[in-house]
Amino acid sequence: MNPMDLATYGKNTWCPGCGNFSILSAIRSVLAELDGQMQSIENVVLVSGIGCHAKIVDLMNVNSFYSIHGRVLPVATAIKLANPDLTVICFSGDGDSLAEGLDHLVFAAKRNIDVTLILHDNRVYGLTTGQFTPTSPLGFKGKSTPNGSFEHPLNPPELMLASGATYIARGYTHGIGLLQKLFREAILHKGFSFVDVLQVCVSYNNLYEAYNKRTYELKDHDASSYEEAQKVIRSWNYDGSDVPIPLGKFYEADARRLDQAYRGSMPNALDRDNSISELLENFI
Amino acid sequence: MDNFSTLIGGIAGDGINEAGITVARLFCRLGYNIYMYYDYPSLIRGGHNFSLVRASSKKIAAHMDQIDILIALNQETIEKHAVRLKDSSFVIYDADKVMLEGITQKGCGLPITSILKEAGAPAVMKNTCILGGYCKVVGINWSILESVLKKHMEKKLEQNLLVARQGYDQAIESYRIDSLSSKIERNPLPIITGNQAISLGLIKAGLGAYVAYPMTPSSSVLDFMAKFGPQFGIKVIHPENEIAVMLMAQGFAYAGVKCAVGTSGGGFCLMTEGLSLAGMAEIPVVVVMVQRTGPSTGLPTYTGQGDLNFILSAGQGEFPRFVVAPGDAEDAYYWSAVALNMAWKYQVPSFILSDKIVSESQYNFELAGAGTVEEEATQQWSGQGKYQRYSFTDNGVSPMAFPPQKGQAIKTDSYMHDEFGITTEDAMLNKKMTDKRLLKERYLADDLERYEAVKVLSEGNGESAKTALLCWGSNKGVCQEAAEKLGLRAIQVLVLSPFPAKQLKDALQGIERLVAVECNATAQLARLGGFFGFEIDDRILKYDGRPFSLNDLESELGRRGI
Repeated sequence: MNPMDLATYGKNTWCPGCGNFSILSAIRSVLAELDGQMQSIENVVLVSGIGCHAKIVDLMNVNSFYSIHGRVLPVATAIKLANPDLTVICFSGDGDSLAEGLDHLVFAAKRNIDVTLILHDNRVYGLTTGQFTPTSPLGFKGKSTPNGSFEHPLNPPELMLASGATYIARGYTHGIGLLQKLFREAILHKGFSFVDVLQVCVSYNNLYEAYNKRTYELKDHDASSYEEAQKVIRSWNYDGSDVPIPLGKFYEADARRLDQAYRGSMPNALDRDNSISELLENFI
Repeated sequence: MDNFSTLIGGIAGDGINEAGITVARLFCRLGYNIYMYYDYPSLIRGGHNFSLVRASSKKIAAHMDQIDILIALNQETIEKHAVRLKDSSFVIYDADKVMLEGITQKGCGLPITSILKEAGAPAVMKNTCILGGYCKVVGINWSILESVLKKHMEKKLEQNLLVARQGYDQAIESYRIDSLSSKIERNPLPIITGNQAISLGLIKAGLGAYVAYPMTPSSSVLDFMAKFGPQFGIKVIHPENEIAVMLMAQGFAYAGVKCAVGTSGGGFCLMTEGLSLAGMAEIPVVVVMVQRTGPSTGLPTYTGQGDLNFILSAGQGEFPRFVVAPGDAEDAYYWSAVALNMAWKYQVPSFILSDKIVSESQYNFELAGAGTVEEEATQQWSGQGKYQRYSFTDNGVSPMAFPPQKGQAIKTDSYMHDEFGITTEDAMLNKKMTDKRLLKERYLADDLERYEAVKVLSEGNGESAKTALLCWGSNKGVCQEAAEKLGLRAIQVLVLSPFPAKQLKDALQGIERLVAVECNATAQLARLGGFFGFEIDDRILKYDGRPFSLNDLESELGRRGI
């Protein structure tokens, strides 16, 4: 399958230079490639929240559920539980999953539900034109914090590690090869996969220069070690300092998944009627 | 015997609910109909709980203030309920704990605490012991109690039987409850709550998943589904909050699994953003919404009908919804199945609007008497051509398809969208899609003509009546009984959206005075009726968290010269 077969007539309204173009291109390539191998495209369901990130589903000729702000994961969790044969991929933003929907993110990791979440982490609200988010650095001057924010940023991979996610990685929208590799791994991983993508918002938080200078790809990192993962994740805490920013797979583990808990099929109508009558006997 | 009421009271932790159900089962085995009101405060141990079990030869769904037997496990029960005693009433009490001072009625004190001590039985068995005494007092044969205990005691059956027998042997027979079994040709009926009936109705219509966050008085649906659901292949999930609940329901529906959620007012507040998504994205979802006394935390374990306005208009934007308010367990079973069918037939949110009384009271339940209802087929995509999730059709209902479908993309969208499900801000398309969604309400309303969306409860003498009682939800039972007694007509509005104006008009033929009976302070059904041109002459409202007793309603009617 050619990645362009996955395009739609939907109009792309992202700003020129937006990091979302890289994510779109990477996910199309990965899904087109997987279609010929282990996962046919009609088994894939994309779920998005609301924000610039979410427009991606309109640009993909793939099953999709364009949900509401912050609520990507409950929708995705239920789709996976309803039909465990589906491959469920979520697109979310830092405002979407770390502010409005933080509870769902923590619980998805806690349940180790077998879905993938790609976080378009541009560290600013784009669609509402420039307010600070949970990953904006201390002192961020946005429209809602004109004198600089008073809050330290969250470290999303650290939060995911503590919550029980079993695949944790970071990519950057300049570096599509790595992005494709991480998306592929995350999708194929059995369990909750979290890919934090440093996605540059050219209009409200253009960090290309800083990221180009400071990001580096991990080498010889032992992703099976919780301690090593914690160490590398904590080496950069999303603040404004000049420390290097690691990219790559931080952690991968095998653990029990919620989607393994629900098996069994529904009875036919006749059996159901008989079971209702039998059940009522218990209440006489 | 037409009526026999038993009240058992004690502290939370005494097993008062279970004891009440045991009394109800005894009467059911004798051929009686029963109704049990269970009153408890919002705490786990202590406080005052009571079960009021009324038995009657007729079908009932309301309690009376006065009682025939008072069973007191503590002094507070005597103090609180002495006012309910008639001259002929009888008190059974734990003589080790309770003094009968100032009570002129006959009584039988049993040394419950001593009996338990002698038997080495734990304090929790005192309800079984006193029920042994109760059976002797009212003349119910030991063998009947024995069979009930044998069937339902999951733990320590032998010890329970021992203490019950002690209670039985030490009490004195003072009544003789006649068995109706010889007159009524039916096996004893199951005794279930409205919440259990709701669960069974949903199961009957093909429920595949139930998602809920616990909230009184809806939690027992979740408990029931978690216990019995798996044998029906139902996936039961208890997620982080009601926001997740409502969104999960829609994930299930997107993948083709029929799903219901359950909550009470506060939890439903959190569901409203998801509800609006269901309206826009045309995703079927059933909401079991059990009212309690509000606003806010209110009285968590008490009843109310204050959420009708909220349910009718919840969620931003305009979209159709189906709302039904069952009045007892049989309504609850039948209409819950209908609610699931309607949600999937018209791809709309569907509400089972219950209240604490319907949901947590016990009723004898006759499956055959609840009405025949089957799972209805949903409109499925033909498989021809390119699938469009929001295709325009004559009745506004777009055929459904669920992933995976070879060569197709099934796209759902919370934004305004085109037929394929891609976001659009086109003005003409926006209007057309809105019309499509609203068109479904018209067909839903037409479909409702097949159903008794408005029920005239008092057949017979109600036909010539000039005065009618208008009710919804749990006031069904009390209104029906009062109307039959006083020669009035009682009219129950079951479906509240789309409003069955034509059926209500027919039900009101010949009526000159219309009295709304509601458990809220602002007469919400009366207001809704007024919107459709129905003039309400009088309002009888109760909003102290407690249901109307038959006496409450009769005296309110009397004050109005009815």
